[in-house]
Amino acid sequence: MNSNSLTQYLDLYAHHREAIDARAPEAFNRLRPAASEALRRAARLPRKGDEGYARTDMAAMFAPDFGINIMRVPAPVDVAASLRCDVPNISTLMGVVAGDEFRPTATLQRNLPDGVRLMSLAEAARREPQLVEAYLGRLSADGDAPVQLNTLLAQDGVLLHVAAGVQCDKPLQLINIFNAGVPSMAVRRVLVVLERGASASLLVCDHSQRSDVDYLASEVTEIFLAPGAALDYCHLEESTPRTARSAALFAALDADSRLGLNGTTLTCGATRNSYAIHLYAPGAEARVAGMVIGSDAQHTDNDILVCHHAPRCHSSQLFKYILDDDASGAFRGLIRVDHGAAFTGAYQTNRNLLASTRATMHTEPQLEIYCDEVKCGHGATTGQLDPQALFYMRTRGIPEAEARMMLMQAFMADVIDTVTLPTLHDRLRMLVERRLSGDRRGCGDCAAACTNSLQ
Amino acid sequence: MDDILLKVNDLHAAIDGKEILKGINLEIRPGEVHAIMGPNGSGKSTLSGVLAGDPRFTVTGGSATFHGVDLLALSPEDRSHEGLFLSFQYPVEIPGVSMVNFMRAAVNAKRAYLREAPLSASDFLKLMRQKRAIVELDNKLASRSVNEGFSGGEKKRNEIFQMAVLEPRLSILDETDSGLDIDALRIVAGGVNKLKTSHNATIVITHYQRLLDYIRPDVVHILYKGRIVYTGGPELALELEEKGYDWIKQQVDNEQ
Repeated sequence: MNSNSLTQYLDLYAHHREAIDARAPEAFNRLRPAASEALRRAARLPRKGDEGYARTDMAAMFAPDFGINIMRVPAPVDVAASLRCDVPNISTLMGVVAGDEFRPTATLQRNLPDGVRLMSLAEAARREPQLVEAYLGRLSADGDAPVQLNTLLAQDGVLLHVAAGVQCDKPLQLINIFNAGVPSMAVRRVLVVLERGASASLLVCDHSQRSDVDYLASEVTEIFLAPGAALDYCHLEESTPRTARSAALFAALDADSRLGLNGTTLTCGATRNSYAIHLYAPGAEARVAGMVIGSDAQHTDNDILVCHHAPRCHSSQLFKYILDDDASGAFRGLIRVDHGAAFTGAYQTNRNLLASTRATMHTEPQLEIYCDEVKCGHGATTGQLDPQALFYMRTRGIPEAEARMMLMQAFMADVIDTVTLPTLHDRLRMLVERRLSGDRRGCGDCAAACTNSLQ
Repeated sequence: MDDILLKVNDLHAAIDGKEILKGINLEIRPGEVHAIMGPNGSGKSTLSGVLAGDPRFTVTGGSATFHGVDLLALSPEDRSHEGLFLSFQYPVEIPGVSMVNFMRAAVNAKRAYLREAPLSASDFLKLMRQKRAIVELDNKLASRSVNEGFSGGEKKRNEIFQMAVLEPRLSILDETDSGLDIDALRIVAGGVNKLKTSHNATIVITHYQRLLDYIRPDVVHILYKGRIVYTGGPELALELEEKGYDWIKQQVDNEQ
């Protein structure tokens, strides 16, 4: 194994710089020199034990020799056509992202409401460079090494843009799919811009179609909410033990805007999700929630920063983990309240259930308050299923396995309830129930393989 | 096989290495109501827990045969399917699990055990409606989480409601009267009496005689220091109410 896994990517960039730039728009290319410089300063990717990476080794995650599609060879199969989803209320407004290549479904372009763009970010940057250049890279510029590495190599991804005053009532959906036959890394950029008073909800699902191939997703998402805009963003990962994910999400909230985030990891190999949410103007509200169901040797790390810069903003963080077998989890949640952010309300909760004696959880709740006149609270607990509740249910004839499943489902109920859109809420509840019950049914002959369930 | 429903023979049980039950003998026939009384700490709740299969207790000796089946070899869920029911002294709150889902899981688990098809949604709701009436349990509780936010009386009525749904052959009511006012006590006891048939039996565990005014026992046992030290008819309960437990304690302690 390479002693410094970053070097191979810096070498790749040095040798193929022209090829990468030639196949990406200027909005991407103009960010690369600064990213390259930042990586040279960082010298390496974070290792386990580094600040903010107490339990997650990014250097190891990036160490394998993954193929990156810098020549933009189109994926050979029509992934979109192979999806057969019988989950209720599946969106017709769906885009498929094969690796990092956006592919609209046939129904998407027909049904997108006026003023809503869901499309390839590279294509958008070619058609409307001013729009993309005004936002891309603004929030990620100061990101850490994994973020800079994404900026260094990214060539495509997704744009969601909603024009001022447009309410997109139907949920939008993106499906990220790995289907290559060789170890592959997708370098994906997602840009979400909601103009003044606009609203939308977006569901993003991660799937790996092949369980015998190693994949790595590097994803950086930047979200800009103009005054009064509202976004519900739900991310759901159902990949394989051989899929790793290094994701960073940045959000900037203007006055009276609202962001609802739900990040759910049902199956994966190793996953790192970083969130940096900035409330820049009065009245903004961010509700960040997440859940993790880990089994086997799955590792999931969620790192959340919510920063209050302005008065009268509200935020909450609610993260829950259920870990079985040898699964491990990490959570770090920081609420920071700056000078001048008076009348802030900010809360954070992390609760975890260990279903096996070998499962481990690492939690770091943090509060940094530089302002009076705030209401803040946080709490973290890690424990087991309530043995009295389990016994009570069994005396009523409910078999132990089913009773455990019901208690676990109940444990996650409030996280599922953070997803307020009824169609998304019901789907999420169903998928969690399937995952907890070990149901391995797929949907017909769908290639997405959503139900990589508990053994 | 004779008509003995439950036969407990020299039952010993311990918690955390401490022996609580020190040789219980008990025989219950269909149609009978047995009261088990005794001072605090005598092992009453341990006995009900051991019979229901509470994993906190370890059986260290003896046997319990339930209509010919080795009760102690069964999981708590199979004991329930075989017709044993425990009404908890402190019914457990289960946040996030609705009463409806809880009861549906219980009913259908029993049906699966008996190789019957699950109840249809309408039949299930009809069953719930019918059984709720027995203890005057409010419909609004059905959509709430199990026992969460229930008053003391509602919790105990909920126990008897579950008993009515599961139609056990043997019910153990562990301190069902604790925390009940007189009206709730009348409703709960009335429910138990409505469910009584010549085929099922009831063990009423209680500290006070009060409940036995409403649920008339055929046999009264006194449990003390992990043994049944005295067995008599209904008049024994009245005698205890009048004289307290001290005379029994003295008698037993003198013999030792």
